[in-house]
Amino acid sequence: MKKSSHWGDNLRLVAICLVVWFAVSFGCGILFVDFLNQFSIGGFELGFWFAQQGSIIVFLLVIVAYVLGMARIDRRHDVAESDADETQGSEPGDPG
Amino acid sequence: MSLTVLTYLVVGASFALYIGIAFASKARSTGDFYVAGKHVHPVANGMATAADWMSAASFISMAGLIAFLGYDGSVYLMGWTGGYVLLALLLAPYLRRFGKFTVPEFIGERYYSDVARVVAVICLIVISFTYVAGQMRGVGIVFSRFLNIDIGYGLLVGMGVVFLYAVLGGMKGITYTQVAQYCVLIFAYTVPAVFISLQVTGVMVPQVAFGSEVAGGGYLLAKLDAIVTDLGFAAYTSGTKSRIDVFFITLALMVGTAGLPHVIVRFFTVPKVRDARASAGWALLFIAILYTTAPAVGALARLNLTTTIQTGPVGEETGNLPYEERPEWFRTWEETGLLTVEDKNGDGRIQYYNDANADFANQAESFGWEGNELTVDRDIIVLANPEIAGLPDWVVALVAAGGIAAALSTAAGLLLVISAAVSHDLCKGVFWRSISERRELMAGRISAAVAILLAGYLGFNPPGFVAQVVALAFGLAAASLFPAILLGIFSVRVNKPGAVAGMLAGLLFTVGYIIYFKGVVVEPFAADVAENWLFGISPEGIGGIGMLINFAVAFSVSALTREPPEEVKAMVRRIRVPR
Repeated sequence: MKKSSHWGDNLRLVAICLVVWFAVSFGCGILFVDFLNQFSIGGFELGFWFAQQGSIIVFLLVIVAYVLGMARIDRRHDVAESDADETQGSEPGDPG
Repeated sequence: MSLTVLTYLVVGASFALYIGIAFASKARSTGDFYVAGKHVHPVANGMATAADWMSAASFISMAGLIAFLGYDGSVYLMGWTGGYVLLALLLAPYLRRFGKFTVPEFIGERYYSDVARVVAVICLIVISFTYVAGQMRGVGIVFSRFLNIDIGYGLLVGMGVVFLYAVLGGMKGITYTQVAQYCVLIFAYTVPAVFISLQVTGVMVPQVAFGSEVAGGGYLLAKLDAIVTDLGFAAYTSGTKSRIDVFFITLALMVGTAGLPHVIVRFFTVPKVRDARASAGWALLFIAILYTTAPAVGALARLNLTTTIQTGPVGEETGNLPYEERPEWFRTWEETGLLTVEDKNGDGRIQYYNDANADFANQAESFGWEGNELTVDRDIIVLANPEIAGLPDWVVALVAAGGIAAALSTAAGLLLVISAAVSHDLCKGVFWRSISERRELMAGRISAAVAILLAGYLGFNPPGFVAQVVALAFGLAAASLFPAILLGIFSVRVNKPGAVAGMLAGLLFTVGYIIYFKGVVVEPFAADVAENWLFGISPEGIGGIGMLINFAVAFSVSALTREPPEEVKAMVRRIRVPR
């Protein structure tokens, strides 16, 4: 039970992160680039800025949010790695 | 001290550093050789991943590419960074939890099939050799331009250095040299960028300068748009590719990045699952420093180049630079043949405009212009930057060392996954299961050495199709490896026949489409133009469709065949949680 709900939380977080990932790059940087280019920040047209700068910055924030979010989910379900235990690959089932 | 001597010193010092690291980190076991004993700190792994990923193409070519593509260049910026989000969220932590050595090993065990493993090995080898040929070429170009050494000798020196730390140290040696190489290359990239930003806009940070006002008034990008459209080029900030093509190229590059074996395997080297997640973030941070600087460098360089030649109003006789007054860096690069001027109308001045634009070409004729007279190889933009900005010689020397660091670090990472695929997946995994660890380590070293020789040969005699096959490398990774790994983690139901059929379907479709238009080895079957493309998607972007085909086939075939065995399902559930 516990494991499946850890996986459920994991999937939900991944889904939210991917929505943001898609929205800034494919959304703001490509599909709605012309619309956003009406607006500008400094010397940048907004759509162009997302395509060449903003999406990369948001990608980074998405990974940070994911790392922190997963650490919380791991703790909540008590599957966080202890500092001592180094996960080694163990018996993943022989190929057959 | 002359520039050549200075460059020898700087490049020589960087080589001494890499070789020193190689001797300090000799691999003692197959674990050291394949995954650096899984003891790499996540920040160090982030730097190593960044150097591993940022190749000669990122360092030397990308800013120049963007300078001439404008908005269309965004596909590389988003594509080659967005893939790290997919890696961090969908692949890296689970593959680290799986805890073995190679990507084909995961595919082989998850799909309980040697066939799947061998298909994965073939994809890996094709992808990696495609890539490595380009790196060795980059090393050769830097050597011949900056050290006045024949390309062949330059390659030999580069091969020798990689040989030392890859063969001796394996992944352990590579990791720590890559950390050093990252420091060299990022310093070499940002220093000239900062100076050029300062000169043009008075702002130090390239990312800010990109959106700032230039000395003569008006924003950089607005001024650039105005001047390039005056010369008949497409506006810098809008581009010429169709929306759907930009979408799919970006998708193929993102998914392809996430599926590149030499990048994935870096996440096998950290101690814990949480380190794998974190180090993907560190990697993207280190990559983003270069990737957000590159478009600024591109725009600044395009403006610099255009205004150097178009010194006054378009159409006035005195508006163009007289050939005799061309700057010093112009002369240097003319000697290499990478920048050429042909005075077509014999007026002694240089005209640089878009003569492929029929409307503007007519107008240009009325000015007495008889065609574009300047040809610039896009690869020189970054290499010539310090000279254009009039920076001291040590910066030029540093850029040379940075270019070599970028090429060598990527080459070493690629050679290592090739050797691991041969010694671990083919020898140990399929054809010679009883091989001892000592022999396997020896097999790894021998295959690394053979791979280096082959890569050097490809760098010296690049097959004519290298440029075309870059699309192939990303297309293959996007259509075969990425979906197979993703489904292996996120679906319990996808089974051996499903995965193998999916990989083959994605692979054949993507390779077929690329060969159809690009003609690798054979002649192309149709012209590579938008009218002929499927849904208007170019061969560069077809990997995204290949991935969707892979998913569709894998799910359908799996639904019609038997479920995977219980122990495989247990393995999938196990890798989904960190402990």
